[in-house]
Amino acid sequence: MRAKLGLRALIAAGGLLWAAMTPMAYAADDTIKIGVLHSLSGTMAISEATLKDTVLMMVDDLNKKGGLLGKKVEAVVVDPASDWPLFAEKARELIQKDKVAVVFGCWTSVSRKSVLPVFEELNGLLFYPVQYEGEESSKNVFYTGAAPNQQAIPAVDYLMSKDGGEVKRWVLEGTDYVYPQTTNKILKAYLLAKGVPEADVMVNYTPFGFADWQTEVAAIKKFGGAGKKTAVVSTVNGDANVPFYKELANQGIKASDIPVVAFSVGEEELSGFDTKNLVGHLAAWNYFESVKTPENAAFIKQWHTFTKNDKRTTNDPMEATYIGFKMWTQAVEQAGTTNVDAVRQAMYGQKVKNLTGGVAVMNSNHHLSKPVLIGEIQANGQFDTVWQTKGVIKADAWSPYLPEDKGKIADWTFPWACGNCTAPKYKAD
Amino acid sequence: MSRIACFILVLVALIGMPRLAAADPLDDLVQKLGADDFDTKIEAVNGLAALPDGRVLHVLNELSSGALYTTSDHHVVVGEESGDGYTTSDPVDGHALGKAASDDLDKIRLNNRLRGAIDSAKGGLLLFSDQRDDRLAAAADALAHPDPSRIAALVKAAVNEKDSGVRAAMERAIAAARLTSGDKAEQLAAITALSGSSDRTVLGLLSDRRAATDLDPTVKQALDQAISSISRRLQLIGIAATIFEGLSLGSILLLAAIGLAITFGVMGVINMAHGEMIMLGAYTTYVTQQVFTAFLPPGWLDAYLVVAVPAGFIVAGGVGILLERSVIRFLYGRPLETLLATWGVSLILQQLVRTIFGSPNKAVANPSWMTGGIQLLGGGTLTWNRIVILIFCFVVLGVLAFVLRRTSFGLHMRAVTQNRDMAAAMGIPTARVDALTFGLGSGIAGMAGVALSQIGNVSPNLGTIYIVDSFLVVVFGGVGSLLGTLAGAMTLGIVNKILEPVVGAVLGKVVVLLCIILFIQKRPRGLFALKGRAVEH
Repeated sequence: MRAKLGLRALIAAGGLLWAAMTPMAYAADDTIKIGVLHSLSGTMAISEATLKDTVLMMVDDLNKKGGLLGKKVEAVVVDPASDWPLFAEKARELIQKDKVAVVFGCWTSVSRKSVLPVFEELNGLLFYPVQYEGEESSKNVFYTGAAPNQQAIPAVDYLMSKDGGEVKRWVLEGTDYVYPQTTNKILKAYLLAKGVPEADVMVNYTPFGFADWQTEVAAIKKFGGAGKKTAVVSTVNGDANVPFYKELANQGIKASDIPVVAFSVGEEELSGFDTKNLVGHLAAWNYFESVKTPENAAFIKQWHTFTKNDKRTTNDPMEATYIGFKMWTQAVEQAGTTNVDAVRQAMYGQKVKNLTGGVAVMNSNHHLSKPVLIGEIQANGQFDTVWQTKGVIKADAWSPYLPEDKGKIADWTFPWACGNCTAPKYKAD
Repeated sequence: MSRIACFILVLVALIGMPRLAAADPLDDLVQKLGADDFDTKIEAVNGLAALPDGRVLHVLNELSSGALYTTSDHHVVVGEESGDGYTTSDPVDGHALGKAASDDLDKIRLNNRLRGAIDSAKGGLLLFSDQRDDRLAAAADALAHPDPSRIAALVKAAVNEKDSGVRAAMERAIAAARLTSGDKAEQLAAITALSGSSDRTVLGLLSDRRAATDLDPTVKQALDQAISSISRRLQLIGIAATIFEGLSLGSILLLAAIGLAITFGVMGVINMAHGEMIMLGAYTTYVTQQVFTAFLPPGWLDAYLVVAVPAGFIVAGGVGILLERSVIRFLYGRPLETLLATWGVSLILQQLVRTIFGSPNKAVANPSWMTGGIQLLGGGTLTWNRIVILIFCFVVLGVLAFVLRRTSFGLHMRAVTQNRDMAAAMGIPTARVDALTFGLGSGIAGMAGVALSQIGNVSPNLGTIYIVDSFLVVVFGGVGSLLGTLAGAMTLGIVNKILEPVVGAVLGKVVVLLCIILFIQKRPRGLFALKGRAVEH
């Protein structure tokens, strides 16, 4: 009996304490909370932890400059631990419990697909900073990474050009999941439309973390030995890249014979490679650390100061995070509130200077217009730009090369107001 | 006297001429390398290749290594980084041109098309090089890019060639060039010469030629015959290559699994942290490499791997003994708890490494004696790192078998695992033997990590890649049998490599897994089942 009383008293006391604390937690009206939803442990920590640091750096910088709407900005960092269902749980926690105004997060497409219903149900706002397969446009997500027509298609165009080596045969090598599969589907359709015969396209997939590349590299060599100029388009992701490139180098595949253009290998990944034997292989991105502009120099310096490490590299998803964050702060300033609907309206047409020159613009399909760069791997682990688009390329949310998505329009302004339609939702007079 | 003076004057004029004369074609072409568009650069490279000048090779080497820059007044110079600026020199004669700030210099960019042009330009020059490898490479390049205009040079080189291998390569290159350009008799001779080759490039050339529409019927027939005979040979070579690939994958699986064959197979401990022991070995390799680059002269770097092997054994073995003494010894005979506890340890070790080294992968370079490979007939390559690992894995297995069978420690170990109580009664310190056995298993995993760092990633989750495969090998081969582990690893490796090209890497793994499940249904104790009393425990 006595024990029970004690327990009850404890619960009551706990309740009181909770009641007393709750208003305090919400009393901080002079702060704006933003969520950071990147894996800090597990397989994706390799890439995502850097983006968390980038957001924290931007927040730090913003607060030093006086905050946003006169309030301090506070980052709420959670760790979804590379566990896709956990991403959805953590997103719900951020929006409902922490009441964040916006979330910066996700890397893999599967994590984005996992949180999408949560953001749509709770009307949250997500900034997604990684190049991806496209074929999506949600009202609640702004995509600041490249769509396929801002990375894959220009890379193929470059390889087809005279300077790229007039490639005639194509190996599409990828990791077995949604991003490489969709990208390769688009690329294959594009190549066939360009008149490449089906026999000159080879598609191959390997599992995540694949380590034994002998057979695949030998097959590439065999495919490339047929006399026509051959190139490999690699959507190999994550850890599998190191053994892949090692095997390429050891089997003596030189970039001048069979170049490999990668969509998932950036400066951060190269720091784990020995690049001596890989000089000349390519990557397509919207940003390279080696690009010389005053904005980029300032950004790199800020990054080195913030991380207290002047060896840390910068990469494309960091620039996408930077652009997304800047655009969001500008939209909040313009709207005068952090209300999701108001901010979303203010986002359209928002402009931020790219770190590589030119200006990125947010379009009404929730994707950016950005320049595309092709870079060659150098012996020092950096990329050297060998080609870039004149001006910016507007992202297609839906690829015109996929028969099932042909004619779909993403436009969240009147009269369309839709991410996946072939006809406008409203009738314009 | 005056005649001598006159002679000297002429001599001086002659020597001084190339430098004074502004119209030196070499200089002109070198300046053209600084152009903005690649067409002009390639034109300049081709122009350089045609010059009968010994200095061309030097210029091309500087160009391909990325050491050429243009100055702000559009002059092409060689730049060498020094401090925050560059020291520059003339690309033709190498005389110093002073220092330049990095903002004033623009690197001359290369792309793969230009690299190709440089390679074939160098190929023409290297045909007469003193180095056998250079001449061989030049001949191979001439074969891959047949060009009738180079026949004369090739013939000249082949006549003077002493080395029979290089001469054969040159003759093939001549034949390849004559394939399209010669008259009918020459073409037929060329086809006959080429049909003896087992080179995929040759097959490509012949197939290309076969695709032409205006072929003479006899030439067509000869081509068909040559193509089918080369294809047949390539098929055989392909089978041999698949077997090597299988053995190589098998050797990697075996290395990863040998340690487990001891801790799980012999001791019966389900050690989920086995993968992390491999990872520790890989990180030891990284640290050794860093120490070598930091403290020893560059020439010693190639030896770092030799030091890393014992270092990896000691580090992983030490952690293994610590793990056994602090956790596992309290859990003998409780497999479920062991599994959970060691899994927890594996997470701790992963996070520990992530905290110390950071989450990005670490670069471990192959020592120069492990880069590249042996070029096989038919375009296959046996890469050195795989050959070394294959040998290494058999050495480890041999030493281990020796320790188990021929040393008193091995005897104690076997005694303790077969009948602990009896062994203790005979005065064997069972607790110490347990710790050392576990340390031995972990140490071998550490050495496996050293080897695996040479072909794969060095990242905190390296271990998770190999742990499943390791258990698979040990269970499939027969728990407790070293020979079984060997047979299991090699079978899995070869079956995997046979399946991979047929059904793809993803489905291949699934099929292998299904096969193992079926096999275990039929023979629950694996390939080499232990018999006798030990089994009953």
